[in-house]
Amino acid sequence: MSVLGLKMPALRLNGLLGALILGSVVLIAIFGPLLVSGDPMALDFAARLKGPMSGHPLGGDEFGRDVMLRLIHGARTSIWIAFFTTCFAVAGGLAIGILAGFLRGWVDRVLMMFNDALLAFPGLLLALGFMAVFGASRQGIIIALGLAYMPVVVRVVRGTVLSLREREFVEASRVMGNSELTTMFRHILPNCLAPVTVLATTMFGWVILAESALSFLGLGVPPPEPSWGNMLSTARPYAGQAPHLIFLPGLCISVTLLGVNMFGDAVRDWLDPKMQG
Amino acid sequence: MLRFLLTRILSAIPTMLIVTMAIFALMRIIPGDPAALMLGDMAQPGQLEELRARMGLDKPLPVQFATWLGNVLTGDFGKSTATGEAVLPLIFERFSVSATVVLVAVLFASLIAVPAGMIAAWRQNRLSDVMIVGTATLFLSIPSFWLGLMLLTIFGLWLGWLPVVGYVSVADNLGDGLLYLIMPVMTLVMVEAGAITRMARASTIEVARLEYITHARAKGLSERAVMWRHAFRNAFAPTWTLIGLILGSLLANIAVTETVFTIPGLGRMLIDGIFARDYPVVQGCMLFIAFLYVAVNLLVDLIYPLLDPRVTA
Repeated sequence: MSVLGLKMPALRLNGLLGALILGSVVLIAIFGPLLVSGDPMALDFAARLKGPMSGHPLGGDEFGRDVMLRLIHGARTSIWIAFFTTCFAVAGGLAIGILAGFLRGWVDRVLMMFNDALLAFPGLLLALGFMAVFGASRQGIIIALGLAYMPVVVRVVRGTVLSLREREFVEASRVMGNSELTTMFRHILPNCLAPVTVLATTMFGWVILAESALSFLGLGVPPPEPSWGNMLSTARPYAGQAPHLIFLPGLCISVTLLGVNMFGDAVRDWLDPKMQG
Repeated sequence: MLRFLLTRILSAIPTMLIVTMAIFALMRIIPGDPAALMLGDMAQPGQLEELRARMGLDKPLPVQFATWLGNVLTGDFGKSTATGEAVLPLIFERFSVSATVVLVAVLFASLIAVPAGMIAAWRQNRLSDVMIVGTATLFLSIPSFWLGLMLLTIFGLWLGWLPVVGYVSVADNLGDGLLYLIMPVMTLVMVEAGAITRMARASTIEVARLEYITHARAKGLSERAVMWRHAFRNAFAPTWTLIGLILGSLLANIAVTETVFTIPGLGRMLIDGIFARDYPVVQGCMLFIAFLYVAVNLLVDLIYPLLDPRVTA
């Protein structure tokens, strides 16, 4: 079509911009606390609810803690949790999905029955239930959100495996005398990685959003440890006097999510030829 | 057609059964004995055993589950350990609040997003498409609670146009009720419209590449007629599924919006229940929301063949 001229550059530009945003946030999360030293819990009552001032480039919060430091440490919290949650969900989903799809039979039926039931919960509801069990903590969030999003990975992986196992190269591996385990690891697993990568990028964004929502509700990262979500929640009563306390953490979440979404779209277009229009 | 309807309805039953089992199991893994929790620190030695027996906690787990399931099926969701009120009537009361907000929001979001997505697809890769997709992606990236807090700060605190705290039901006072609805609905519309727009665009593009569209064009139909009569109609079916999913998941996600605007809805009831360790309330809310989610999805699937007749084949 005549539109081809515009399409590819626009897409690449988006993906590049998304990768740039996401990359900066990750870099800030890893190196920020090393470059900008200071204690995100340190109180300075002169800076309480103040906007940008000398010594506090982004002002102070309701206890006079430095907002910039807290945002940087909040980035570390968000990225850390999102990374480990996504890894947990993907690893578990790959294992269960491959097992179910490759072995078929009653293993598949039982696993899928439970998986479908878990899919019948909205993600956040399931996470809320798990948080009630594990309690509000970093590890609690990683386990709760990981378990909540794992069924989605299982579905995608199993679907891929089902179509793969009928392919000739899998049969060839069997004919060559490879054990089922070797076939699974050497031939099935690598072919699942493309759809899983697409899903994992999207999921990274879901987790950042869900973690900040849980923290906002008071069921995520417990204060005083800074996370973007709990900063918004504790700043709520001061919205009128110190709007920067509301504006900045939310802006951080949005910019990060925008980066993830744009990067995710590019990854999908790149790895999933069906979506290319 | 009848067969399709029956199989689909019957397939929801095992799902619901496992959902109830999962919720029951979840509540039993929570550390702490509910009976000990109810009695507090001041309990006499014999009291705990007596209460455990009265609550049925001394029986084996399968028996406990069967008893609980029987109660649930007859509409007995237990009593709140905090207030002693029956849980189910409370759920219905709170649900009517959440449902008002969610339904109005999804309706407006669809009315805006479906045409926007289709226009974007029609003008694929032109300026209007890039702008619509860009706006949708932007809104998709804004968390509802942040958007809500910003609206609250601007329209509630700075301009003073809209009420900041509390909730008035539309049924009690139409004028005031609508005033309280504006900001929560606006928040949800903006956030959800992004996802619906992108879905409507993607499915329209998918349909527009099919052969019957080329055929319609080859017949000499105008582009407008091709799009209106042939493309949009079929493109709506997948979007409809997404709207259903959003409707269902919003019932869980609404907890966040209800927290921002202090709306006494079902989501807030669940969160307060978790904080108060009021397990009958948590259990009841989770069960009710999960059940609604399954029901909404079922309904969406049942309506689907009307939009896309190929499905039953």
